[in-house]
Amino acid sequence: MSNAEFKPILLARMGKPNSHKLESYRSDGGYQALAKALAMKNTDVIDVVKTSGLRGRGGAGFPTGLKWTFLPKEVNGPIYLCINGDESEPGTFNNRVLIEEDPHQVLEGIVISSFATRTTTAYFYLRYEYGRCYRVLKDAIDEMYANNLLGKNILGSGYDLDIHLHRGACAYICGEETGLIESLEGKRAWPRIKPPFPAIEGAFRRPTVVNNVETMACIPHILNRGADWFMSMGIPKDPNNPRDAGSYGPKLYCISGHVNKPGLVELPMGISARDLIDKHAGGVWKGRKAKAVVPGGISMGFMSEKELDTPLDFAGPGRVGCLGLGTAAVIVIDDHTSMIDVLYNACRFFAHESCGQCTPCREGTAWSTKILERIRAGHGKLSDIDVLLEISSSIGTIPGTTICGLADGAAWPMKTAINKFRPEFEEYIKSGRKSESKTLVAAH
Amino acid sequence: MSELSDNAKKVIEDHLGRYPSKQAVTLPALHVVQEEKGCVSRKAIKEIADMLELSPAQINDTLSFYGFFRTEEDPLGKKRVWICRSLPCMLRGGEELLAELCERWGIQPGQTTPDGQVTLELAECLGACDGAPCMLIDDELSLCVTADDVEKQVRGKA
Repeated sequence: MSNAEFKPILLARMGKPNSHKLESYRSDGGYQALAKALAMKNTDVIDVVKTSGLRGRGGAGFPTGLKWTFLPKEVNGPIYLCINGDESEPGTFNNRVLIEEDPHQVLEGIVISSFATRTTTAYFYLRYEYGRCYRVLKDAIDEMYANNLLGKNILGSGYDLDIHLHRGACAYICGEETGLIESLEGKRAWPRIKPPFPAIEGAFRRPTVVNNVETMACIPHILNRGADWFMSMGIPKDPNNPRDAGSYGPKLYCISGHVNKPGLVELPMGISARDLIDKHAGGVWKGRKAKAVVPGGISMGFMSEKELDTPLDFAGPGRVGCLGLGTAAVIVIDDHTSMIDVLYNACRFFAHESCGQCTPCREGTAWSTKILERIRAGHGKLSDIDVLLEISSSIGTIPGTTICGLADGAAWPMKTAINKFRPEFEEYIKSGRKSESKTLVAAH
Repeated sequence: MSELSDNAKKVIEDHLGRYPSKQAVTLPALHVVQEEKGCVSRKAIKEIADMLELSPAQINDTLSFYGFFRTEEDPLGKKRVWICRSLPCMLRGGEELLAELCERWGIQPGQTTPDGQVTLELAECLGACDGAPCMLIDDELSLCVTADDVEKQVRGKA
């Protein structure tokens, strides 16, 4: 299917009057997938999702159906499903739009997924900042209880489920699945050492699945239209690479920064960053050129202008030195912008959001920010560049020095900015210029 | 005299049935208290701890992790304004907007205006990068805002 023929799936109901109401959702065929799923065996539902090749949309891209199969076969006592609505990766807003505009699509996915994983209590962890989402979801959940779509004996199937909304308190680390679980339990959101993985011991020390909001929104469509239909979109797996799981289905791309039309676009996986910017975001603003582009939230690092033809599927960004596709949040940086200011902004974010549990992350993110502050004040040394690179290769789960991936997210912007724009850093430091960007030094 | 209002106690009790542990009600409890009082006092911490069968230190441990909650030494103003400074907003003037508001109101991020009306906060990504620079007043988003827009929304004047 070409991108021109593609009709939005997840965003199909955006802009319709009362798109967030149950009646409107039902008149567009909503909750038929749930009825279908409830008539199946739960393991058959898992098989459909597994066969579809759906990979988690939250950033890591782990195959969803496979994750569900990690739950123990014999379980005495509850299994929990946690929905990760802590979307906080800079550049990312797809989950907010999905929830605000079409909450029942997400909720139908949650009920089906809960049924598949034998969950009878699901927790929807929502970042506090999404107040409108909270109110929309609360109303939608009330509508569901009133219409036998939640609670006891859903649609006469004998299956029971409760969904509880749980609001966060403004901490990026709660998007890490075990940080989320700790936060849900009422503690500081310190990620846990794995193993045990949540499927074995998660929320309240019970088997737990953590899934992203957009992932949930895909589920009803897969149930309705089948695994083959889902696999007809996107980039098939590389037959020469047994570890490649392919990039199937539609994806929401968030576009922000220096473009004429920032916004949310739904396309089959694999469009290039260049086409996304030129054909779907009105091009770079003010007639300028792109200097660097973030492919999927700032923790993925930067692509240079030369690399913009890279396909934005799960495998593409990694081939040009980025960490991965991440959340597919594309941030465009024009050629009038200083990469020193951009990298400072990224490092400051991770220093602010590091939970402080692991020393390499806590100290590495703080010191890289301080070094960049000094460079921006006109007092940088050329050796600072290599110190930054050394920090970036020593923090994170990839060198193996931290519990969670937050520090990897801090490392990749440093690595890619310096490796791809080193002459700019050198020229800036030699010149002794001060940054023209107006930022407050206070408060990290 | 109880520090927790009847409503706060009811909210906390209503939440107890939703989780298999009482500790999980910590965040909902802190939220309802701060919403009502603009801060979580030491007395409130003690009373929440009693209701959840925890020590006050456990409540304080969680409270102090999330920069979101305020103590009685540092209560919130009537409105809390968050200005986003993460990359997508910075590229479209978020940093300048925050600096401008600091100058106009004579306060730094985290502080409250002397009349107690507004607390100004810096925010990391608010998830509205399609409308950068964006802000949050309490928990309602506004997109593509200028300093004049903020003043108008917060203080009813341009």
